[in-house]
Amino acid sequence: MSPVGGGLPGVVAIAAAVSAGERRAEDVVSEHLARGRAASGLNALLHVTGDAALEHARAIDARRARGETLGRLAGVPVVLKDNLCLRGVPTTCASRILSGYKPPYHADCVERLLAEDAVIVGKANMDEFAMGSSNENSAFGPVKNPWDTSRAPGGSSGGSAASTAAGLGALALGSDTGGSVRQPGAFCGVAAIKPTYGRLSRYGLIAFASSLDQVGTMTRSVRDGARALGVLAGYDRRDATSSTEPVPDYEAACESSAKGLRVGVVRGAIEQLEDEDVRAAFSQAEAALREAGCTIVDVELPHAHHGVSVYYLVATAEASSNLARFDGMRFGLRVAGDDLLSTYERTRAQGFGPEVKRRIMLGTYALSSGFYDAFYIKAQKVRTLMVRDYDQAFAHCDAVLSPTSPTPAFGLGEKTNDPLAMYLADIFTLPPSLAGLPAMHVPIALGARSRLPVGVQITTKAFTEGRMLQLATALEERADYVCAPPMATNGSGA
Amino acid sequence: MHDGKISSEQVRHVARLARLELQDEAVEALRGQLDAILGYVAALESVDVSQLEPSFHAQPIFAPLRPDVVEAGLARAEVLAAAPASDGEGFAVPKVLEGA
Repeated sequence: MSPVGGGLPGVVAIAAAVSAGERRAEDVVSEHLARGRAASGLNALLHVTGDAALEHARAIDARRARGETLGRLAGVPVVLKDNLCLRGVPTTCASRILSGYKPPYHADCVERLLAEDAVIVGKANMDEFAMGSSNENSAFGPVKNPWDTSRAPGGSSGGSAASTAAGLGALALGSDTGGSVRQPGAFCGVAAIKPTYGRLSRYGLIAFASSLDQVGTMTRSVRDGARALGVLAGYDRRDATSSTEPVPDYEAACESSAKGLRVGVVRGAIEQLEDEDVRAAFSQAEAALREAGCTIVDVELPHAHHGVSVYYLVATAEASSNLARFDGMRFGLRVAGDDLLSTYERTRAQGFGPEVKRRIMLGTYALSSGFYDAFYIKAQKVRTLMVRDYDQAFAHCDAVLSPTSPTPAFGLGEKTNDPLAMYLADIFTLPPSLAGLPAMHVPIALGARSRLPVGVQITTKAFTEGRMLQLATALEERADYVCAPPMATNGSGA
Repeated sequence: MHDGKISSEQVRHVARLARLELQDEAVEALRGQLDAILGYVAALESVDVSQLEPSFHAQPIFAPLRPDVVEAGLARAEVLAAAPASDGEGFAVPKVLEGA
């Protein structure tokens, strides 16, 4: 086994130790909170639950002392992206428009975590309303990458990824609309799963683009991700898109050999990669899968290059509709105007940041009279071609292997003045999102040039997360990567 | 589809539709950014979609029905506590009708 995890105990190890009485949940939570204080310079967390988390941990320890059997996440410290509702705790989507908002209910995934005795330790910083690829669109300042604090942690779940890499939580939840779990997973070097559309309930996830949004996991090992996915997956009648598909044993899938599986590669896209570290990680992953007994086959996704265009029309159109609810009446900020209309307009002008406004504008334009068919419907039809591409590819293979991000973490400020350049950072993560498929990032190595984490993305057929985890485990076992960023090992809060 | 140009007047119109107050000095910058993005997505024009249905959702959505029984909702006090203004029974909002 490779030493992925960097010495810090992960989800499975913590749950086992707490359940067996070898470690107290209180001590585990206390250690994570201490690392959070030491690494506060990362700006990864917007809210720390602190005393409430310690109190919760003590209650779990007391239940064990009384002889109760604890849940599958006993004592596991969890960080939630700040677009997931935690009852009574500030939930802002990193936006001024939701400043002061405390949801009166838990998200479905929060209920499932708590039912298995996880402990929520904080709410993670993010790009405002999950719109961004660098976490620089937060109203509360950017998150820094724990591997190099001059670099972006990725986005939009940048705080979740940085928290996982730096050991502020053993598990972090994010949301993934076009790559927002996988790309920061790649930038910070953690295993990051976007499940099939409908696999997890979105009840309590503040909506961005409803035909794409999925809750996802970030952990320091694949097995930890499998444990978390098993807890979170399942039907919830409160989400109309929730699937009744049975939830298999994802951890058992990690135990089974990947031998004989066929893995597809879009060779042309790989040949166009410019970054040497990303190319090297991809070659290393291919070699690892061959060694594991997989066959690599060439496949084509002829319409994948339209992903950025389709995504930025579909996602912005849906966002312009979803974000209409932020009007200063029922929650968050209200900036009074002369009448109702100007109250709406001022509240939204002052409450939303530039990128959110830009996307609302683009989406409103794409849905407006005279442009609806040419932009929105056209994009949804090209999306049909992208879905078919995968159907055809999966006739020849069990999974598609690609890079997750075309580059390792870029510098903070590097792309902030060019929205389109920022969007192009998502070229590999958008196609699986548009097709609703499960996809995950698996760390492979530290780049020889960049000394930053690099890895690959595995995409599989809908509801075959087990297959995806089986391949991810085969890669992880053969990777020479340790998730031990300087920020986690020297405790510096620079 | 689009000639890659969105006018300042269109930007103002869309901002009104989106209920976003837009300062005059912001219009030009936003116009340029939207222009660049619309220029990029114009690549979709070349794709033949004449025989295709749109994919509003990528996976089938079942939207199952549930029994029509009354269930407890959220606690009113907690919901109102999150509002910018309330009268204890409902959300307090600006006047919608003149003279009402």
